[in-house]
Amino acid sequence: MLVFNAPSILSVTQVSRYLKEVLETDDLLQDIWVQGEISGCKTYSSGHCYFTLKDAEAQLPCVFFKHARLRSSAPHLRDGMAIAANGRISLYERDGKLQLYVECVEPIGDGALFLRFEQLKARLEAEGLFDTERKRPLPSQPAVIGIVTSPQAAALRDMLRVLRSRYPLAEVILAPTLVQGTEAPASIAAALDLLNEHAEADVVIVGRGGGSIEELWAFNEEVVARAIARSRIPVISGVGHETDFTIADFVADYRASTPTAAAAAAVPDIGDWRSDILEKQQTLTGLVEDYLNDLSEQLERTRHDLQRASPQNMLDRRRQQLDETTARLQEYVQHILSLRSERLQGMALRLHSLSPLLTIARGYAIVRRDTDGTIITSIEQAQPGDTLTIQVTDGHIPVQVR
Amino acid sequence: METETLSFEEAYAQLEAAVNALRDGQMPLERALHYYEEGMKLAQHCNELLQKAELRVRQLSVDEAGMLVIQPLELP
Repeated sequence: MLVFNAPSILSVTQVSRYLKEVLETDDLLQDIWVQGEISGCKTYSSGHCYFTLKDAEAQLPCVFFKHARLRSSAPHLRDGMAIAANGRISLYERDGKLQLYVECVEPIGDGALFLRFEQLKARLEAEGLFDTERKRPLPSQPAVIGIVTSPQAAALRDMLRVLRSRYPLAEVILAPTLVQGTEAPASIAAALDLLNEHAEADVVIVGRGGGSIEELWAFNEEVVARAIARSRIPVISGVGHETDFTIADFVADYRASTPTAAAAAAVPDIGDWRSDILEKQQTLTGLVEDYLNDLSEQLERTRHDLQRASPQNMLDRRRQQLDETTARLQEYVQHILSLRSERLQGMALRLHSLSPLLTIARGYAIVRRDTDGTIITSIEQAQPGDTLTIQVTDGHIPVQVR
Repeated sequence: METETLSFEEAYAQLEAAVNALRDGQMPLERALHYYEEGMKLAQHCNELLQKAELRVRQLSVDEAGMLVIQPLELP
């Protein structure tokens, strides 16, 4: 039976501390250069960078803190890169993990995988497989979307979720495939060929979710690149994360950064359509309103024209003209009358000045014979016995000739 | 063809045609109203189709005889 309090038994913390002390007092381990290939490189928002250095037989976890990175002006680290890292080895007690605390990094050329990648890329590029002229346009409204991926992976569910929400009018045909491991490249190529054979899909998405460079490697194999190149259906690649670039991405007609982005790129968004249809409804209403307004304006104009041309209007106008003419006529008549009246006045005055009454008033008299009213201007006209009347200024005097 | 039996694409194309025709404007009143009513009906139909649409998912494989098999895909 074990004795728990025996001094020979240590706690985990005690062992960890001891190990840490051993490591940190070893001069070699405190300033060491390690050479290897970077894998699983991740930089967090804190700015700290984590990766694994590996060679054919072993691997070593590494931490490259932000302050060390900035101080050493390290190159941008990426998976597959071969580097020599300088730093100290210590223990991360919480995880019981031995790791290299990197102080500076020197690139020493491409890692083996990276070299293969670069060689294949150069060869296919020289063949023209990446040429932009080869890229086919994606259909704007695909009725059938082919997907080449693993049926078990989260990537498929992500893609279906996006397709369902953006474009549920489509149909999806999954060509299941392995997406990692030695058989994956042939499996991916076969699935893509199968979709082409079936020939119903309007566009194909080839993809898988994020992983280490080894896990994504199938998409860097030539068989996959060739299958994409010979596909008669346009191919969208969506492999790994935003920062991952695979050979498949270069050959594909469209490179999406992730499977989710690939699904979004494959289809339009019916949300846009909904607003487009709403807009069309508003346009229709607006157009018909304009049309009706035009008509009613035209009607109003015509009514106005008609009113202006109406006989009633003409009558009114004539009546007014008549009134005006009558008034002018009356004015004219008045004018003539007053002219006449003035002339009459003048004549009366002149007449008056010539009147014989004025002569009588001066002492002359007019003598008329009573029988016929003849004015007697000579003695021969008066016979004895005639009765005459003498007119003087204030009356008449009856007389008899003797 | 009756509006109700049109596919989304057909209905949408006709909707666009109705808008364009009405935009040209040179037509009798009755015709303009017809385009308007048709257009509104088509838009309604398009909306309903979008509302009802449900993504279909099938799986393609090859059977033992080497024949293409396509079947509905049930996801876990």
